[in-house]
Amino acid sequence: MQVTMTVNGVEYTREIEGRMLLVHFLRDVLGLTGTHWGCDTSNCGVCVVWMDGEPVKSCTVLAAMAGGREVRTVEGLANGAELDPIQEGFRQCHGLQCGFCTPGMLMTCRALLDKNPDPTEGEIREAISGQICRCTGYSSIIRSVRWTAVHEAKAKEEVAQA
Amino acid sequence: MTTVSEKKLTEFEDNDQKPVGFGRMLRKEDARLLRGRGRFVDDVQLPGMLHLAILRSPFAHAKIVSIDTSAAEASPGVKAVVTGETLKGLGLAWMPTLSNDVQAVLATDKVRFQGQEVAFVVAEDRYQARDALELIDVEYEVLDPVIDVRKALEPDAPLIRDDLDGKTNNHVFDWETGDAEETDRVFAEADVIVKEDIVYPRVHPAPMETCGSVADFDPVEGRLRLWSTTQAPHAHRTLYAIVAGLPEHKIQVIAPDIGGGFGNKVPIYPGYVHSIVGSIVTGKPVKWMEDRSENLISTGFARDYIMRAEIAATREGKILAIRTNVLADHGAFNGTAAPVKYPAGFFGVFTGSYDLMAAHCKMTAVYTNKAPGGVAYACSFRITEAVYLVERIVDCLADELEMDPAELRLKNFIQPDQFPYTTKTGWVYDSGNYEPTMRLAMDMAGYEELRKEQALKRAKGELMGIGIAFFTEAVGAGPRKNMDILGLGMNDGCELRVHPTGKAVVRLSVKTQGQGHETTFAQIIAEELGIPPDDIDVIHGDTDNTPFGLGTYGSRSTPVSGAAAALVARKVRDKAQLIASAMLEVSVADLDWVKGAFQVKGDPGRSVTIQEIAFKAHGAGDLPEGMEGALEAQICYNPSNLTYPHGAYICVVDIDPGTAEVKVRRFIAVDDCGTRINPMIIEGQVHGGLTDGVGMALMEMIAFDEDGNCLGASLMDYLIPTSLEVPDWETGFTVTPSPHHPIGAKGVGESATVGSPPAIVNAVVDALKPFGVRHADMPLTPSRVWDAMRGQATPPI
Repeated sequence: MQVTMTVNGVEYTREIEGRMLLVHFLRDVLGLTGTHWGCDTSNCGVCVVWMDGEPVKSCTVLAAMAGGREVRTVEGLANGAELDPIQEGFRQCHGLQCGFCTPGMLMTCRALLDKNPDPTEGEIREAISGQICRCTGYSSIIRSVRWTAVHEAKAKEEVAQA
Repeated sequence: MTTVSEKKLTEFEDNDQKPVGFGRMLRKEDARLLRGRGRFVDDVQLPGMLHLAILRSPFAHAKIVSIDTSAAEASPGVKAVVTGETLKGLGLAWMPTLSNDVQAVLATDKVRFQGQEVAFVVAEDRYQARDALELIDVEYEVLDPVIDVRKALEPDAPLIRDDLDGKTNNHVFDWETGDAEETDRVFAEADVIVKEDIVYPRVHPAPMETCGSVADFDPVEGRLRLWSTTQAPHAHRTLYAIVAGLPEHKIQVIAPDIGGGFGNKVPIYPGYVHSIVGSIVTGKPVKWMEDRSENLISTGFARDYIMRAEIAATREGKILAIRTNVLADHGAFNGTAAPVKYPAGFFGVFTGSYDLMAAHCKMTAVYTNKAPGGVAYACSFRITEAVYLVERIVDCLADELEMDPAELRLKNFIQPDQFPYTTKTGWVYDSGNYEPTMRLAMDMAGYEELRKEQALKRAKGELMGIGIAFFTEAVGAGPRKNMDILGLGMNDGCELRVHPTGKAVVRLSVKTQGQGHETTFAQIIAEELGIPPDDIDVIHGDTDNTPFGLGTYGSRSTPVSGAAAALVARKVRDKAQLIASAMLEVSVADLDWVKGAFQVKGDPGRSVTIQEIAFKAHGAGDLPEGMEGALEAQICYNPSNLTYPHGAYICVVDIDPGTAEVKVRRFIAVDDCGTRINPMIIEGQVHGGLTDGVGMALMEMIAFDEDGNCLGASLMDYLIPTSLEVPDWETGFTVTPSPHHPIGAKGVGESATVGSPPAIVNAVVDALKPFGVRHADMPLTPSRVWDAMRGQATPPI
């Protein structure tokens, strides 16, 4: 079957099998290997991408279901050489170690901050609770999100003052 | 000695410091990992690459009667179907394990655990390969399995390893350490003896990236390139040379970015060998990437020790001796990764941090119809089990003596002036100063206040527990006089080149799986040479481009490879000093090293920087008589002893009396890993290990039913902590440098995984004191805690 979707602002049309998972479409067909594959059962969240602005686990979404939709992956976060503030937050606060869960975590945390620019520790824990990190013990991920929230608020304030 | 309780990071702290040497520094590897530009094994795409999938046994123990692959071979896209019989013809059906046993690459005679490899398919894409697995028809004759480890040595137990000549039972090895007679004598005269049966259940490291490989065999050059999820690329290369009969210089093992290892990526798995065979057979590159179930049911598990612990003490609380009897489940093949002379790993440090009169351990290891493994999950070669044993039984003793568990520990610590301290099982602890570490943890926790709060809560029927664990680890294997894996000495090489412009490249034999080597090893070189870390490239994980060494596990990178890095830099600095003396026309003795430059004594205006020296070393003009050009060096480091980090952990839990759910309210971890290279990275590693501890203590277990079906075969069944099960970690540190390590560092990667489970279990048991509970085994799930509250605690196996 043929599927057409927009990924990180670029439209792609490809011939695929109906059973192909979105994670494999992104990785194997489009070569966007930033999105990872970890468990097949929606437990680990290393495959999280956005579909029409909502984080989804791409190991349990068929590529066909993303037809006509806008998909955003970790490769679509940075603006050229400039990191998205959430990426900068993870860098500043050691929010990653092996980096395997990181793309999924970044996508979820970016979505959280877009909806709730000033999340509490509890709200951040809740938001990432569908994802597993084996390295960081989560504290540094929570700090990373808080760092980003504070810096984005400051940046907004500066823009408003200007 | 420094004692510091780390403040929580605030958003406004300057995170982006630029130390030329040790100190907090952001990671160099993050730039690619944050952008989705990491390169993991499954990201490797080669032209014409095929995909491999493995057919696994549904039974724990069964004879293979026949295998029909014809339908699979005819399936679309299939390029090859390989069975054990095919491999037998090539002499590849069996391979050596890291413990001098053998393991089936593909089963020929029978299957010995559920999930064992029976056949593999190579096809054009991963979906086609999986489709074809369904079409392979295997006829099995099901045999009785050995699942209950306690029955493995009964005379009528089914024989698992009939492939081994003359084998008539399921016995793997007996092992003993310490002095049995002396220990019995001390026990006979002791005022108090406490006994407990303690189980450390089977758990699994479950890194987020599963295991996999891409093999690319070039028949013309006879050259094999293998990208694989390995923590030990050089050791693997040598083993492939032995297993596959390929010449070692024609094998290149590449460990690219690795998505967590935790010991799961130390052994050689059949799948890696399959991909090599697949590439040889098809003449194309072949990728194998296991799925989560395959990872959980077939790759290296951890623990599975049943321990009888006994402790002897005076009525006043002086601990006299510890003895233990252990039954170890090694699964169907002895695939333990441990130095050859240490079949039980470093379990011998079960004497802990205490000054004892005697100690003794007797262990029996057996085969069962379960997956092989044993040493994994950040265990520091079985120190997890040892520390759990001693810290649990010391708490049981405190309960018997009605003494505060902190006070009992403080009373029995090895004292600072006793180091180097030889334990009753023969381990030489290099350095330690335990009391300040313990006191700092107690201060940070507000220990006295917590006990008061607990007393008030108990009076109201609320369940609050405070648990303590104090550990000493033995890491950095190891001295080649007594440590090797399959005959390979446990040393590590390091090569350093300073380029003409003063930038440098350092090549390591160890391999990061998230520990941040690209940053910390640059910092070690920077500390020694004064070249900024950003000017130093760290190359690792590629056997063609790095010196030989045994790799990253057992917290050995810093103790062994870190020492190699410091010493290779000093070698370069020595040469730089000779060049500087010629450049400045003074004698070598008249030069002072100020980080990054040599300066004429008493004349600070006259100096040359390391960068100027590097240019001179490569440049025009004469060098000192007899000196070759360039500024580089290589060494292979053989540690003289292990290093012995220690730490004090305190856990506070609340238990819901209505649901028996355990909530970890606080966790205070004070670690002493000697000299600290990058505090940010140390803290991160500690956080990760503490989270492992919550998993093992409260949630994780690989269980089996009586037929040998694995009940932890997905992340829906094998529960790993998420952000909701763990608290915000509180960390602190003390610094007791290692006297024999060139920079005094001891290693920290596994400390928290080793130290946290007993702290958590001790806290839960403490909370359950009103119910008369002295011990309850992990995992302390609500149902198991509920049983314990009703006096019905049972072992998990």
